Amino acid sequence: MVSLEDYVARTEGTCGKEQDIIVMFKFEKKDEAVKKILAKATMKKSIAGIISELTFGKYSFRLYGSGKAIFRDLQNKEELNALLSDLLS
Amino acid sequence: MLDASKIREDFPILKRRVNDNPLIYFDNAATSQKPRQVIDAIRDFYENHNAGVHRAVHTLSQEATELYESAHDEVAGFINANGMEETVFVRGTTEAINLVAYAWGLRNLKRGDEVLVSLMEHHSNIVPWEMISGLTKAKVKYCEIHEDGTLNYESFENKMSAKTRVVSISHVSNVTGIVNDVKRVVRVAHENGALAVIDGAQSVPHIPVDVKDLDVDFLAFSGHKMLGPTGIGVLYGKKDILERMEPFQGGGGMIREVSFDPRKKMCSISWNTLPWKFEAGTPNVSGAVGLMEAVRYLKRLGMRNVRIHEEMLTKYALPRIKNVEKARIFGTEDTSVKCGIIPFGIEGLSSHDVALFLDNYGIMVRSGFHCAQPLHEVFKLSSTARASFYIYNTREEIDRFIEVLKEIGRF
Repeated sequence: MVSLEDYVARTEGTCGKEQDIIVMFKFEKKDEAVKKILAKATMKKSIAGIISELTFGKYSFRLYGSGKAIFRDLQNKEELNALLSDLLS
Repeated sequence: MLDASKIREDFPILKRRVNDNPLIYFDNAATSQKPRQVIDAIRDFYENHNAGVHRAVHTLSQEATELYESAHDEVAGFINANGMEETVFVRGTTEAINLVAYAWGLRNLKRGDEVLVSLMEHHSNIVPWEMISGLTKAKVKYCEIHEDGTLNYESFENKMSAKTRVVSISHVSNVTGIVNDVKRVVRVAHENGALAVIDGAQSVPHIPVDVKDLDVDFLAFSGHKMLGPTGIGVLYGKKDILERMEPFQGGGGMIREVSFDPRKKMCSISWNTLPWKFEAGTPNVSGAVGLMEAVRYLKRLGMRNVRIHEEMLTKYALPRIKNVEKARIFGTEDTSVKCGIIPFGIEGLSSHDVALFLDNYGIMVRSGFHCAQPLHEVFKLSSTARASFYIYNTREEIDRFIEVLKEIGRF
């Protein structure tokens, strides 16, 4: 079982009608997190690893090489945590 | 003309790199960076002069008091106020508007009265009035804006009436950078017997502002958007109005006397003189010292030169952003009525995607509603990305910004 605290520095709801959630990975773990997520999710499109559009199950999201990800259409934090646990395990 | 490359030497933070790229800071409408002179002034205050101000006889307190009062004078001179009596230090623009809403509005507004704001306002110029409306039953009315984001003066004038007691309008929109004709707004407000409150958060740091020329009753602005530290801001108010007002908060510093009457078993309280009547508690002295230094820095540059520099950058950026595939600019592009704030979007991407992509290249822009949700609703936008310039930004930075925008446009 992966501990999200090891990877996630902060999550923040975006300001705007979109109500997306941005996940910021810890600086020292961001490369590992990005690598794990890229290995698990399916790549739709990407610009040189800087921005990648990914899908994982019913979810679609964007991952940034700087160690941030933006998730859409999540109902609550539990759903986000479950998704992150799957992606990072 | 400003020499931005020389100015940049004063800003230590501009030397840092973000995500292996040189920092390009285009989020100045949120907060500005601080020059070494401001940082040094705050450090010097804490290293050499730190003490509580007023009502102490020791040397450090006298020095701190002199600095604190000089800061009021410096700020008063910057906006052409009559002196420190008209210059109340607060935490920022938000607190300044709340001060007027609570100290004036709560005591003077009643059912049937109206407060007129606009749909382009920052939440800090909407929420306090709505809160006071809830308490007093006065009604907040919203004047409309045109499709290009400019204020609809016809709507404004049509909504003015004998019931209007307060007009509270931003000088410059924090989303579009549009400069409102505040002189006209104030004139119409006064003709109808209303008070004119101006949110100067985005104007005082960027254009020359003269409270006498504008004839405003109140002007609110923040130190941190004009090279100063966070936690210090200003409420300018006409002396006669401030004198008639009751205090906003109670505590030390704002009273002349608190005397207990054993017969009546209560205290009789008299207020201090201006501006201290509105500055309850131990004030933010180091913030005031930092703000004083920031004002001196801007005075040396000259506010007209600041305006010219930002206009040059905006004129340079606008056609280049428009030229980027899938890019769209919101609001007017007429730089004669606009400050250095550009709201934009990239088709198919949320503003947060755009901001995160730019961040990857060390370019800082803001995304979201920018605390102006009603304006976004008028524009029918879920959010916007916003690039905003200041004295240390350069055309070379804009070139880099455009390069990266072109790259994201290909996504």
